[in-house]
Amino acid sequence: MCLGIPGRVVEIRDDAGLQMGKVDFGGVRKDVCLAYIPEVQLGDYVIIHVGFAISRVDEAEALKTLEILATMGDLVRSELATMGPGMDEPAVVSDDGTPVRGLFGAPLTGAPGGPA
Amino acid sequence: MKYLDEYRDPVLARKLVAEIHRITTRPWTLMEVCGGQTHTIVKQGIDEALPDGVRMIHGPGCPVCVTPLEQVDKALAIAARPDVIFTSYGDMLRVPGSTTDLLALKARGSDVRIVYSPLDALKIAVANPDRQVVFFAVGFETTAPANAMAVAEAARRGIDNLSVLVSHVLVPPAMVALLESPANQVQSFLAAGHVCAIMGWTEYEPIAAKYRVPIVVTGFEPLDLLEGILMAIRQLEEGRFEVENQYARAVRREGVPLAQDQIREVFEVGVRKWRGIGEIPASGYQLREKYARFDAERRFSVGDIHTQEHPACIAGAILTGDKTPLDCAAYGTLCNPQKPLGAPMVSSEGTCAAFFSAGRGLGGLRTFSPARPLVQVAPIAPARLPETAEAGR
Repeated sequence: MCLGIPGRVVEIRDDAGLQMGKVDFGGVRKDVCLAYIPEVQLGDYVIIHVGFAISRVDEAEALKTLEILATMGDLVRSELATMGPGMDEPAVVSDDGTPVRGLFGAPLTGAPGGPA
Repeated sequence: MKYLDEYRDPVLARKLVAEIHRITTRPWTLMEVCGGQTHTIVKQGIDEALPDGVRMIHGPGCPVCVTPLEQVDKALAIAARPDVIFTSYGDMLRVPGSTTDLLALKARGSDVRIVYSPLDALKIAVANPDRQVVFFAVGFETTAPANAMAVAEAARRGIDNLSVLVSHVLVPPAMVALLESPANQVQSFLAAGHVCAIMGWTEYEPIAAKYRVPIVVTGFEPLDLLEGILMAIRQLEEGRFEVENQYARAVRREGVPLAQDQIREVFEVGVRKWRGIGEIPASGYQLREKYARFDAERRFSVGDIHTQEHPACIAGAILTGDKTPLDCAAYGTLCNPQKPLGAPMVSSEGTCAAFFSAGRGLGGLRTFSPARPLVQVAPIAPARLPETAEAGR
């Protein structure tokens, strides 16, 4: 119930005084209520929750977050190099200390911050 | 899918995990408020990837879980009536009431229908003018604009055969109740991104200041959660207690004003009972008198129903973070998602269901020990004691 998912607005219409529309979620299209985001434009990404757009995704902010994350990796790597042993253990280990399934189900092959 | 896949990148995730390890010098206890966040954290093993001593307590933000048993029993009483079409978000159907659940009623012939949106309930009411259509209006601030719109539209369009059984709860009063508890261990909150998308975060600023807890508005994807945790720990390490916004692509400080207007038009704040927690003053929405004719409790005169939880279920302690599902004797044995005893095992947002679907404590590869270090953390925002701080990693 609480899952809000981002989708792209592909239709905006007036439905008996209520701003409605269609949103595309990677191929699946849903009828949604756009009344709370009147400034929404075709092609915008909105977050849909129980059939209502509750937020317009700010593309600049979305990209900024990803850029910060991407540049952080280099800082982390150089920091890691100065820290010596102790930081080289895998992020996810089982109770006996052996590496198990890493984040997102992928096998963990390197140290945190290391190559995938 | 755009704005989802990018935030699930494992390479970036490992960088964030490494950065969290790098900056952490002391044990900290964080709470993610929202059940959707709990689901991701447990499923992706994010909590297990954190430095030793950094603990995630899973918060009460699962609407299905906190809906009080009385409301479920009222729903069952209404849904059993032959003149009623009972509509609900899907995850409420298997929540056990005192004697049965909505799904079992449906199997026995009651007209219970799952709707994705409350506007679907409105459509059903229009299509069935000779039947009473009732919508189970549960949820936090996230579903409130939708539920409010359904009531307002029913009023505007004169659809009188729709009514709503309201069980609406609010996040900030629950956070305050947790912080006021003498047993509180939470030192920082990850606030629920979509609640804040609607409401903004101004309500959280006085909470952060008064209780000296960092609050980070956080999204739902793995990278969002890791970045939220990083921002929270950074504040804790630096002795700051501010409201910060990790989820800037979706959340503005003022929220969505039109949605807030619609909520205020239809609902007023009132006392609410939370399953497992009890009554919290001014912690939920109820219909304003102006819309009282859409109140299903009045329309069907479902009075006070006294209820009893299953004796083996420790849902209350789970919801407040006092216990984990692994402390529960019924977890995975008497109680599982197919046959839940309590609400946290029902909803995929519930802590028990999240643990179960990740296979925690169920044998196999990952035998998760409940004896992970329990950090003693009495003060909410302790003074920094760098000389006693243990090097984290």
